[in-house]
Amino acid sequence: MNKTAAAKEKKTREPLFHIVKKSGIVWWKAWLIRIAAVIAALMVVAVITLVMTGQNPLEMYKAMLDGAVGNSTRTWNLLQDTALLLLVALAVTPAFKMRFWNIGAQGQVLAGVLATTACLRYFTDKLPTPLLFVVMILCAILAGAVWAVIPSIFKAYLNTNETLFTLMMNYIAINLVAFFCFRWSKNSGNDVIGLINRKSKVGWLPEIGGNKFLLIVLTVAVLTVVSFIYLKYSKHGYELSVVGESENTARYIGINVKSVVIRTVILSGAICGLAGFLLVSGVHHTMTTEVEGGRGFTAIIVSWMAHFNPFYMILTSFLIVFMEKGAIQVASSKNLQLDDNFSSIVIGIIILFIIGCEFFINYKIKFKSKNKEEEALKQ
Amino acid sequence: MDRIPAIELKNITKTFGKIVANHNVSLSVNRGEILAILGENGSGKTTLMNMISGIYFPDSGHILIDGEEVVIKSPKDSFDYGVGMIHQHFKLVDVLSAAENIVLGLKGKYNLKEASAEVSRIASQYGFEIDPAKKIYEMSVSEKQTVEIIKVLYRGADILILDEPTAVLTPQETSKLFAILRRMRDDGKAIVIITHKLHEVLSLSDRVAVLRKGEYICTLETKDATEASLTEAMVGKKVALNIDRAEPKDPEDRLVIKDLDCVNREGAKVLDDVTFTARSGEILGIAGIAGSGQRELLEAIAGLQHVQSGEIVYNDPKTGKVENLRDKTPMQIRQLGVRLSFVPEDRLGMGLVGNMDIIDNMMLRSYRKGKSAFLQRKEPRDLANEIIKSLEVVTPSASTPVRRLSGGNVQKVLVGREIASTPTVLMAAYPVRGLDINSSYMIYNLLNQQKENGVAVIFVGEDLDVLLELCDRILVIGSGKVTGLVNARTATKEEIGLLMTKSSAENEEGGANNE
Ligand SMILES: Nc1ncnc2c1ncn2[C@@H]1O[C@H](COP(=O)(O)OP(=O)(O)OP(=O)(O)O)[C@@H](O)[C@H]1O
Ligand SMILES: [Mg+2]
Repeated sequence: MNKTAAAKEKKTREPLFHIVKKSGIVWWKAWLIRIAAVIAALMVVAVITLVMTGQNPLEMYKAMLDGAVGNSTRTWNLLQDTALLLLVALAVTPAFKMRFWNIGAQGQVLAGVLATTACLRYFTDKLPTPLLFVVMILCAILAGAVWAVIPSIFKAYLNTNETLFTLMMNYIAINLVAFFCFRWSKNSGNDVIGLINRKSKVGWLPEIGGNKFLLIVLTVAVLTVVSFIYLKYSKHGYELSVVGESENTARYIGINVKSVVIRTVILSGAICGLAGFLLVSGVHHTMTTEVEGGRGFTAIIVSWMAHFNPFYMILTSFLIVFMEKGAIQVASSKNLQLDDNFSSIVIGIIILFIIGCEFFINYKIKFKSKNKEEEALKQ
Repeated sequence: MDRIPAIELKNITKTFGKIVANHNVSLSVNRGEILAILGENGSGKTTLMNMISGIYFPDSGHILIDGEEVVIKSPKDSFDYGVGMIHQHFKLVDVLSAAENIVLGLKGKYNLKEASAEVSRIASQYGFEIDPAKKIYEMSVSEKQTVEIIKVLYRGADILILDEPTAVLTPQETSKLFAILRRMRDDGKAIVIITHKLHEVLSLSDRVAVLRKGEYICTLETKDATEASLTEAMVGKKVALNIDRAEPKDPEDRLVIKDLDCVNREGAKVLDDVTFTARSGEILGIAGIAGSGQRELLEAIAGLQHVQSGEIVYNDPKTGKVENLRDKTPMQIRQLGVRLSFVPEDRLGMGLVGNMDIIDNMMLRSYRKGKSAFLQRKEPRDLANEIIKSLEVVTPSASTPVRRLSGGNVQKVLVGREIASTPTVLMAAYPVRGLDINSSYMIYNLLNQQKENGVAVIFVGEDLDVLLELCDRILVIGSGKVTGLVNARTATKEEIGLLMTKSSAENEEGGANNE
C-alpha cells in the first residue's frame, strides 16, 4: 500500500476551499451576481485597455455609450436591432428546448428575405398595398417554415443529423440569395439590387407617428410575450419540453414524437421567415447576402444565455447589440486609436464574464479554514 | 475493538440547501468485515457514501482511513486511498468493451491485452464470470455490475462500497454476488453495502449501521439482529409487515392476451406465444428471471412495443365493448377509453421527466384534458400535494424537480400518479425496486386497494416471497415463453423457481422435449 501512503501524505492538508452546488438561489441575488459580473468585466477591460493600448478606458466606455445611445436615431437603431435579434432568438428557442439543434436560422431568415423580395418585385404593381403585405408576410413565413421543415422531416423519419443538415441548408439559402441578387440586379454585372420601390415606398413597413422603428419593436414585444406564454402555459409548449427531456417518456404518455418535432421546427422556421420579412420590408428594402447579419448564430447565444426564457432574452439580446453598436463607435472614434479587433476583444471579455458568472449562481465556494475560525470564535 | 478501522466517519454533516441529508453521522468499518447500511428512502445513505467516494464534500466532520484523517476532494482522491464505489446508476460507456471500460480514464499507457489478462485474473480469483471483450450494450444489468466491480478492483481498491447492488439482480445473481463479496471479505477487504432487503442484510453482513432521517441511530451486530429489530431501528416504531390478501370479488376477464409474439431490435424472439388473461379484482403476478420478456410484454400491452402476431383484447367493463389493442399507439388506446396505467421499470427514463417538478409530472397524464390550448396547472398541483401527503413523499415542495428526490420518493410520485387516473388495468414493473420496507408495504397496500376497487392488476416482481403473499395467480415466464400459471395461495417458492428456469433448461438440452 505504498501508493496509498504517498497519497495520504499529499492530501491530509485541508483544501483551501471546496465547491458546493447551490440548491436554489433567490432571484435578486442571482441578478446581483450578474450585475457584479458586468462591473468586474468592465474593470478588467479597463485594465487591459490601459496596459495594452495606453488608451484611456473611460474614453473608450464613453465612445461605447455614445455609439449605442448617443442620439435618438442611435437609440432607436439599438432598439430595432435588439428586437430583430430577439425575434430570431425567439425563433430558435422552441427547437432548442426540444433538443433539436437547429443552427439553420440563418438560412431560414434568408428564405424569408428571398420570398419577401420576390413578392415585392413581382406583385408591387399587381396587388393593392394591404394585400401585398399579407402576401409578403405569408410567403416569408412559408419560406422560412419550408426551409426548416425539410431537415426536420429527415430527422423524424430517417434520424439524420439535424445540425449538419440545417447548416447545409444555410449554404443553399445564401447561394440562392446570391443567385437572385445577380438575376434581379438592374444592370446585370454588379449584383446589386438597390432599394426596391425607392420613390413610391410601396411595400415598405409603415411608420407609426413618424417613427420607422416603432412597428418592429412593438411586433417583437408582442411576440416575446406570446412566446413566453406558448412555452410555459400551452399544451404544445409542454409537449415539446417533454420530448426534449425524454423521448421515451413522451412516447409512454402517447405524444406523437415525430409530429411534435416537425410542428415545433415549422414554428421555428416560420418565425425566422417573419424576421426575414421585417429585415427587407422594415429595414433594408433590398436584398443582399448580408442582410441577415449573422443573427442566426448570435441568436443561439442569446437564447442559451437566457436559459430559453423569452423575457431574459430581452436582456441578453439588448446587451449583445448594445456592445456591438458601442464597439463600432469605438473602432471609428477619432479620439481613440483602437480598431474593431480590439472592440471584439472587449465584447468577448464581457460575454465571458457574463457566462462565467452563472457558475457563481449555481455553485458556491466554501472556504474551509474560515469556517473553522468562525466556529472557534463562536465558542 | 483494538483494530484500526479501514474507514471511520466522525460527526459528518452534509446539507443541500435547507435539506439536511446527514447530521452528525459517525460510523466505522473494519478490514475483513461487511458492514450493511440500512435506512428508509431519503435517510442519507447514498449521500454519506458519496462523501467517501469524493462526489460530495462534507460540510463538517472528519473522515479517517486506517486511522489517519484524510481529505477527499474528488473521486480520484478516493481511488488513491483505495476506496471504490459501485453506484446505484452505472457509469459505463455503452459502445466500449468491458476491458476498455475498465482501463478508461487510467493514467499512462495501457496494453489492452495485458489489461484483459489482469481482468481475467481478478475474475478467477473471486469467481466473477466476465468476457473482457464483450461490449457493454450487449450486457445484462448483472454483467454491467460485474464490470463496475472489477473496474474498482483493477484500480487496487481494498475498500468497496456498493449502493443497492442487489436492487437489479435476480435471486440467483444475488447469491453469486454475495459469494464473491464473502470471498473478498475473507481476503481482508472492507466492504460496505447498502440494501433495503432485510434478509440480505441478515445473511451477508457482520454488522449493520442504521440511519434514520439523516441521523445515525445505532450499529447492531448482525448475529443479534432480526428482521423485526432492524425494522424497528430503521423506522423508529414497530411496524406490521404483512399483506392482507382479499379474495377476488366477481372477477371478469379484463385483458385477454392470445399467442403474442414479439421480436426485439436485433431480431431475437423476446415473446413467444404468450397467452394469459388478467381479471378484474385480482392481482396477477408475473415471475421470471430478469430479462425474460417481462418488459416487452408490458410495453406491448401499453402500445410501446411492436407485436409480430397475436391479440391483446380488452373488455370494457362499462360499455361491454371488446377492443383489440394490438398495434395501437398509447394515444389510440386512450382514445378508445381504455384506462390503462403503467408503472414502467425505468422510472426517470420513461415514467417521469427528471428535470420537471412534481406538478408538471402529474400533468403528463392529464394535460390533454379539455379543449383549451393551454395547460391547467391547478388540478395537477392539487393532485401533487395530495400524493405528497397521502404517500408521505419526502420533498421540499411540489415544485421540486423529481430528479432531486430519493429513489423511493420518485417511485411514490410515479405510482401515485398512475393510480390517480382511476385505471381499469394497472401494470407495475418492479414497483418496489429500491424502496425501503415501509414504502414497499405502502405500495403493496396501494396495489391491494386497486384490486379491491375492481382493477385488473398486473404485477411484475422479483421477490418470490412477496409474489406469493400478494398475488392471486402467478404467471411464470422463461425466455419469453409462458412456463406455468399457478395459484399463489397454494404454490411454493420451489415450484415457481423450477418453472422460471424450465424453458432455459430445455434450451440447453437442445429444446427437444416438452414433457
Ligand atoms: N444533489 C442533491 N440536491 C438536493 N438534495 C439532495 C441531493 N442528493 C440528495 N438529496 C436529498 O438528501 C436526502 C438524502 O438522500 P439520499 O439519496 O442520500 O438518500 P438514500 O438514503 O440513499 O435514499 P434511497 O434509499 O431512496 O436511495 C434526500 O432527502 C434527498 O432528497
Ligand atoms: Mg440511495
